[in-house]
Amino acid sequence: MCDQTFVAITFGPCDCCGKASPLMNIYIKSEATNYCSFCVEVMATQGLQAGESAASLKKESDSLKKKLEEERAKLSDIELSQVAEKIEVLAPLSIKTRRVLKGHGNKVLCMDWCKDKRRLVSSSQDGKVIVWDAFTLNKEHGVTLPCTWVLACAYAPSGCAVACGGLDNKCSVFPLSLDKNENLNTKKKSVAMHTNYVSGCTFTSSDMQILTSSGDGTCALWDVESGQLLQSFHGHTADVLSLDLAPSETGNTFVSGGCDRKANVWDMRSGQNIQSFECHESDINCVKYYPSGDAFASASDDATCRFYDLRADREVAVYQKDSIIFGASTVDFSLSGRLLFAGYNDYTINAWDVLKGTRVSALFGHENRVSRVRVSPDGTALCSASWDNTLRYLGFGWATYSTVSKGFR
Amino acid sequence: MTINTLARGGWDREQMACFQKMEKVIVAMQDPDMGMKMRNQRLLITVIPHAMTGRDMITWLIQKYCICEEEALHISGMLVRYGYVYPLKEPRSLVLRPDESPYRFQSLNLFPLWINSFPSYMPSAIYLAKKNIRKQGELMEYEKERYSVLHKRINHTWDFVVMQAREQLRASKQRRKADRIVLECQEQAYWLINRPQPGAHNVLDMGLERPNNLSARVTLVSDIITFVKYSEQYQNHDPIMQGCLPSNPWISDDTAHWTMNLQIVPIPSRLRVERWSFSFMELLNDIMGRREFMIYLEKEFSAENLCFWQACEDIRHGESSRIVEKVEEIYKNFLTPGAARWVNVDSKTMDKTLKGIRHPHRFVMDDAQMHIYFLMKKDSYPRYLKSDLYKNLLAKAIVPQETKKR
Repeated sequence: MCDQTFVAITFGPCDCCGKASPLMNIYIKSEATNYCSFCVEVMATQGLQAGESAASLKKESDSLKKKLEEERAKLSDIELSQVAEKIEVLAPLSIKTRRVLKGHGNKVLCMDWCKDKRRLVSSSQDGKVIVWDAFTLNKEHGVTLPCTWVLACAYAPSGCAVACGGLDNKCSVFPLSLDKNENLNTKKKSVAMHTNYVSGCTFTSSDMQILTSSGDGTCALWDVESGQLLQSFHGHTADVLSLDLAPSETGNTFVSGGCDRKANVWDMRSGQNIQSFECHESDINCVKYYPSGDAFASASDDATCRFYDLRADREVAVYQKDSIIFGASTVDFSLSGRLLFAGYNDYTINAWDVLKGTRVSALFGHENRVSRVRVSPDGTALCSASWDNTLRYLGFGWATYSTVSKGFR
Repeated sequence: MTINTLARGGWDREQMACFQKMEKVIVAMQDPDMGMKMRNQRLLITVIPHAMTGRDMITWLIQKYCICEEEALHISGMLVRYGYVYPLKEPRSLVLRPDESPYRFQSLNLFPLWINSFPSYMPSAIYLAKKNIRKQGELMEYEKERYSVLHKRINHTWDFVVMQAREQLRASKQRRKADRIVLECQEQAYWLINRPQPGAHNVLDMGLERPNNLSARVTLVSDIITFVKYSEQYQNHDPIMQGCLPSNPWISDDTAHWTMNLQIVPIPSRLRVERWSFSFMELLNDIMGRREFMIYLEKEFSAENLCFWQACEDIRHGESSRIVEKVEEIYKNFLTPGAARWVNVDSKTMDKTLKGIRHPHRFVMDDAQMHIYFLMKKDSYPRYLKSDLYKNLLAKAIVPQETKKR
């Protein structure tokens, strides 16, 4: 609607500076674009010398932005589900187990997908870490750690290594060799050292750094090659149980959740705690970012999952039902972020409509607690790991009265 | 002066509660099942879609809240005064008539209060300039005064203002009459409320400032709408929501979908190429997208920007032991004056970076990298999306046939 002078038809990333703000539709050389107010001012004063006005305008804009933030902070509450009222309701989703991966002799505690969309690594209570080609159900690699309760495992972005850790208070990296007979333990590299169990680990954008969370109440960033501690993150007042890296363009933040009921957002570069949310009534077992990076979800022992808007600095949705009594231990989003899958201690998995706040489906099938759910990197499958020693692949179908059948089973 | 007559000050949460409640009523009115029936309304000879009458609103309110007519009239009157609903007939009069007069809902993300916290004079200036051109100088007195004050205050951008006003007028001429009427009324109502005539009732006058309640951070409708928009945009790309072509490998045991979407393929799929247009990050995160973008930049003689960005990423995420050597490489190739692939970073950032290079660390290139990233994002990226290179790729891209599942 470029023929109107409203300040903001839309809110989103500015076409000029990229920051998310209220946008103005303006014409530049007869082309319609969306700029935030600062960039509009800069654009309109282009006649001035570049070096001179840019600096003063920047200073003014910084103070204006601060003022804007303060003003925004004073406005009214609104819930996500109210705004989403006009969106169509999702048809009931049917979830069926399509495959079961058997091979662990004990509780499966963690799993992570490889970027190739079909391989995954899983770890269990008896110290075993297995790398599978989930599509063919083949075990490709296996290694046994000298400790029990391997709570954390992660696949490296290159697909050439895995990291895992647990009650040994360490996180170790194993390069995956092409030789199936080679004992992976020989190349094992001890990277992280905590003073209590390691609850979560993830590689950053490359194989060279890992981020860990620990029962000692801290998170830490490590250099894989040297084992050096690059940054540590202090702020939780109890065990940290989970962490997730932000998928943002600047790639500098991550969120962690712990037994102190807090979810904290950290700046990786400075080690500072930049945001904190204390909304749950019990331990937070898992945190996961929304695909755009502007929000995240958490799962807690209080039987709820919550959704937090990072820009508004507030929780905006709670996913709960009177009939759901047991704690949620794990969450993950579908590719578009419309669905949130949560695994619970009563052996079920619930799929929630993120925007409307309603439950779309429930899956009963595991015979013990669900410890981890993860959507594959291309969004085609959901894998769940459980204390019943198995991992399951779940297929989806929508009730036939929605559009052309795209796979109702 | 009258430009910022609105006392925005320290509104606290209690004062804002009324806006929240009004918003709730508006959202309920637009509920697809229980909300109001919208239909085409006649305005003289034009038919306006998605409108309702004053009478409709009153009836709905009476039913929903079990109140009497007088109260319903009062509430709906407030909704009009605050701009949540605007009149199509007599747009200057923000009053609810309990008859067949047509009204429409203001867009959800144009709620007056939030917009008002926006400090720029630009939209108001453009609006007045537009009106000035259209009415050939016949503005109301207070509008004329405002116009001249604005002209003095933002004189350095006046050419831009007039240019934008002309563009908007030109664009509006291309609309259908019904749309034009609606949009003009919408705009008029908006400015009547946000820049009221001096002396007129100012609904946004909130009285004295009250101390801030800093612990009460709240949410904007606009923030939440971004989640709705994101999910909508990605819905077709979400295999769980929409299925995937030719079939989901986990269901059909056919890996064709993965084969077609390998990191590097001769011809990419349509969905994949479309996704590059969602955001700059999507383009860069896809190896093929990055490669195509590099080809485009080479044509534009600005490929050094992407090379520089990649080199900086390599430092940020690479081994600690190689940081020093990589920083030196970057300096030699991209930052030395006269370097083969010199990147155009502004002088302040360049100074800061060069100073930092003397004691290199993982993040020493961050500022320069950010600068180049946004340069590409705001300049080269949009042009790439409009280029023949991209358009041809999109046209050639594969849309696989759906195969039957087992």
